[in-house]
Amino acid sequence: MADALLAQPSRIPVGPVGRHGLGVWGVGTLIATEAALFSYLLFAYYYTCAANPPGWLIERAPTLKLALPDTILLLLSSGAAWFGESGILRRQRARALVGFGAALVMGTVFAVVQGFEWHSKPFGLGTSSYASLYFVTTGFHMAHVLAGLGVLAALFVWTALDYFSPRRRLTVSAGVWYWHFVDIIWLFVFFTYYITPYLGFGR
Amino acid sequence: MKAPDFRAPHVGPDSLPHQARLLELWETAPGLKGFFTTVDHKKIGIRYIVTAFIFLLLGGIEALIMRVQLAQPNSSLLTPAQYDQLFSTHGMTMIFLYASPILSGFSNYLWPLIFGSRDMAFPRLNAFSYWVYLAAGIFLYTGFLTGNGPNDGWFNYVPYALKDYNPGLNEDFYSLGMVLLGISTTVGAANFIVTAFRTRAPGMSINRMPLMIWGTLTASVANLLVVPAVSLAFFLLWMDRQFGTHFFDTAGSGQPLLWQHLFWIFGHPWVYAIVLPAMGMVSDGLPVFCRRPLVGHSVVALSTVATMILGFGVWVHHMFATGLPGLGLAFFSGASIMIVLPSAVAVFAWLATIWYGRPVITTAFLFFSSMILLFVIGGVSGFMTASVPVDWQLTDTYFVVAHLHYVLLGINVFPVVGALYFWFPKMTGRLLDERLGRWNFWTMFIGFNLAFLPMHLTGLFGMPRRIYTYQDGMGWDTLNLITSIGSFVLALGVLLLIVNVVKSLVRGPVAGNNPWDAASLEWSVASPPPPYNFAVIPTVASRHPLWESRLKESELVSSIDRGMLLDDAKETIATTALDATPHMVLEMPEDTAAPLLLAVGLAVVFVGMLLKAWPITGVGGCIALVALLIWLWPRRELREREPSPGPVREPIHG
Amino acid sequence: MNTVPLNYLSAAGERAQTTLPLTYWTIGVAVVVCTVIAALLVAAVRHSAARRGGSIEMRNAPLVSGGRGIKWISVGVGVSLIPLLVTLVWTMVALAKESGPPGDAPLTLDITALQWWWQVQYDAAVPDQSFITANEIHIPVGRRVLVRLHGGDVIHSFWVPQLAGKTDLIPGQVNVAWLQAARPGRFRGQCGEYCGFQHSHMQFEVVADAPADFERWRAHQLEDAPAPMTPEQARGLQVVEYRCGLCHEVRGTTAGAITAPDLTHLMSRRTIAAGMLPTGVGTLGSWIEAAQELKPGTLMPDQHLSANELSDTLAYLETLR
Repeated sequence: MADALLAQPSRIPVGPVGRHGLGVWGVGTLIATEAALFSYLLFAYYYTCAANPPGWLIERAPTLKLALPDTILLLLSSGAAWFGESGILRRQRARALVGFGAALVMGTVFAVVQGFEWHSKPFGLGTSSYASLYFVTTGFHMAHVLAGLGVLAALFVWTALDYFSPRRRLTVSAGVWYWHFVDIIWLFVFFTYYITPYLGFGR
Repeated sequence: MKAPDFRAPHVGPDSLPHQARLLELWETAPGLKGFFTTVDHKKIGIRYIVTAFIFLLLGGIEALIMRVQLAQPNSSLLTPAQYDQLFSTHGMTMIFLYASPILSGFSNYLWPLIFGSRDMAFPRLNAFSYWVYLAAGIFLYTGFLTGNGPNDGWFNYVPYALKDYNPGLNEDFYSLGMVLLGISTTVGAANFIVTAFRTRAPGMSINRMPLMIWGTLTASVANLLVVPAVSLAFFLLWMDRQFGTHFFDTAGSGQPLLWQHLFWIFGHPWVYAIVLPAMGMVSDGLPVFCRRPLVGHSVVALSTVATMILGFGVWVHHMFATGLPGLGLAFFSGASIMIVLPSAVAVFAWLATIWYGRPVITTAFLFFSSMILLFVIGGVSGFMTASVPVDWQLTDTYFVVAHLHYVLLGINVFPVVGALYFWFPKMTGRLLDERLGRWNFWTMFIGFNLAFLPMHLTGLFGMPRRIYTYQDGMGWDTLNLITSIGSFVLALGVLLLIVNVVKSLVRGPVAGNNPWDAASLEWSVASPPPPYNFAVIPTVASRHPLWESRLKESELVSSIDRGMLLDDAKETIATTALDATPHMVLEMPEDTAAPLLLAVGLAVVFVGMLLKAWPITGVGGCIALVALLIWLWPRRELREREPSPGPVREPIHG
Repeated sequence: MNTVPLNYLSAAGERAQTTLPLTYWTIGVAVVVCTVIAALLVAAVRHSAARRGGSIEMRNAPLVSGGRGIKWISVGVGVSLIPLLVTLVWTMVALAKESGPPGDAPLTLDITALQWWWQVQYDAAVPDQSFITANEIHIPVGRRVLVRLHGGDVIHSFWVPQLAGKTDLIPGQVNVAWLQAARPGRFRGQCGEYCGFQHSHMQFEVVADAPADFERWRAHQLEDAPAPMTPEQARGLQVVEYRCGLCHEVRGTTAGAITAPDLTHLMSRRTIAAGMLPTGVGTLGSWIEAAQELKPGTLMPDQHLSANELSDTLAYLETLR
């Protein structure tokens, strides 16, 4: 077997090609550890809620006025990022720039709206354990959004500099996957803080 | 002419011009520049080992001071505040700054050599993980050395850790230092996982991997998933202390037990993560000295993974006395009892290997074989505490202190010292002195058991943990004196180890490539290895490439002298995850200061957070951002962007 | 063994008696396993004709082929399974028996742990039967006692080895445990969770009295402190009300704070400072003047009384039997 391998080593890519490369594993491990972080944050919420008597929820029916459209916006920004990635795949730099740029703008609006929502809450960081958990969990998510905006901005600039092509684009895929991850995490956070009260948890 | 993007790598034998080319491509610059920019896993591995050993010595000195205090009742050598910082810093140092980094050091140094590869999957990340570890160690010790060391034990329960009861900076140093250290552990774990799955030599299918790989890989997967729990816990603690949040403090409906859950969800897998790699080193080293392959290699590999998986489901056994409902306690008690079984697999595999082998009793063999007994002693005392009603008496007494020292020294320190005797020749080109080694072993073994065996009895007699002194008339006096004497004998043994290392570095006998006639790939290269490890990439056909011709287990033969040359640029080979067929030529990064710069930036961020001086944090953040941009900016020679680079030199092979 | 007051290999209470056989079983398994493994290790080294050597011997030593030995693993693990399963089942049985609820408990104690002493309230639910004491807990022999555990500041753990295993006192929740002494005696207790500087000096005592003695003790504890009989004692009472009353309570006087141990029947207890010193005029005097030196970090400040004030105070405290 050893001899067979040696005798005819086949043509293999040099460096990452398409979505094959160690960067896939790299961003995968990053996502795994960050996902674990958020599961512990959400565990803290469920645990603290269950350990406290009813009345722990400050808002028994949290308003979705800002949060729901914001969530939809974030989902759309993932779509825009996907659109941008497809531009790289098709060698259409304009499409890629539009996609990354739109995702960047939408992500920024998300962050601003979220900041506005924080400001409008009737409680502060130190009001109670619910309040602390709310702000720190959405705060951690916001930190990941900001990092993701940095990633999208970098992808935008590098695309503009014409760095990428269908085969040299692992960086793009990794960055876009990270953005999708940020989006998916938000869905879990949103469900926990905004939907479970309506489902009766914590009443 | 541009370098091709697809290539059938040239295969051939080694040659002097080939080695010269590789040397030029892989060598680190000499002097300070090389020191700060190197991404060579061997240099990084040795740094980890040396730094971890320094922390071992510091932790040991802390322990000796405590043992002087505890040798007699009603002692006033130390104040309670001093003692509390000593025992907490001792625990933190040994468990976080020694036990895991030492194993990372050995793994870092050895893995590419074991894999037939030229470096880890992410060399820059490797350098970064070391610099952050060093920064975190310095950060934490700055606290201790300024009288602000942790003082609530290494597991740091709230509410005592909150500001009301602990107003100084002690807990802030600990919390932020641990978050910083967690970054190092996490990126190191990611590096190990990708390296294990993608950079093994062609033919090293997953069932042919040495057991040390299984140990570290399992530990790394666990760390990746559980370190966030403890980092989060410490971050929330810091928030409660400094920003008036209420995660843990009951005044704002916070939950003290949330801390314990988050901590132990991390803490229990962590204690497996600091022994499984060492068990793997024993599983790889002991058979060499028994002159035969390990009995039950596959079963032991599976039991390693099984131990870790079960290890995720036992954390509540640290919380049996907290008033949790009986059904929950029963589940965790059952799991904690059953986790003995996969550990038993390893013990019997090792015993059988000795029985059916023909051992040569070297110092390494002494350490590797004695650990079997120490492992079992530690294991049975753990089994005792797995039973809830028994634990209700044993927990928080010196019985647990005896247990944890048997498992930590028995399954980490003793294997590590054995590993040092085993692999020191590979790392330095010189053998450690065998005669001095025997003195080293017996002094450590006798000292350790003298110190910790009576401690089981001290615990059964009710002496609680973490007390700065004890009254007379409790029945503990003689036992404590014996333990204190034993600890100094153990320290003498460690001193003998240091003497042996220093002496052998200077005057030890020259080792040659394979002084132990061992089986795995690292023994096929020079001692110490050249910067590029392998001049030709080996192809592997069995678990024991260097023993094949004598063991004759199959017709397949590994190829060591002929293989892929991969000298067109700084490159190695990436293979598939399970079967290790060549998949991609991996372009490796040059030495760079970006990892150091990023580590410095992060350290500055954390210093700013400690002092609540936000401009400092801002500066640190800017440094970190610049470093990240330098690091992640797509590079042509790494094939991260278009256009393809030109060739490093004229193609030689046509 | 009262030469080893915190030893739990001698059980005197129902809960401890349930656990003790299981403890001996696990110790037995542990010792047997260690002996067997040690013997196997030594035998393996002997059997395989191991000899000392170094690098040279290694390079000359021939290899042995693999293939044998896998049975060791299956047999070893299989044999190990038996004591594990026995322990598992026995643990569940003992756990069920030892946990609450204790059923009918004629006496309820509310114990609050504070840095570094124990506040004990008897029968809080029955106000005219209720009183507070500190550090020394009397219970009737042979009767179940329900113990409700409150964390007053940080986490502590209630542990009286000869009667029962540990239960933590955690702020924000009430843990319930129970005790039943099988024979009369004095049983030492100790805080079982690190709680700060003086965790090492946070002991208590559970005194199991015959039921009649217990009733006498309880009736006496319900009484208020006696009025002072001499001018010295009267002056001492003033010091106690004015100074000590900031933290301590003496029922029947205006000293009414509960952040420190109740002193109403101080002299009836065997020790002071949570088990640290025997009760007596001399030790009390040292404690009042120099608590920080005796128990560094304790929340009792040094009092700096004049010699007259001190002797008056001690004269009054001596009446608090």
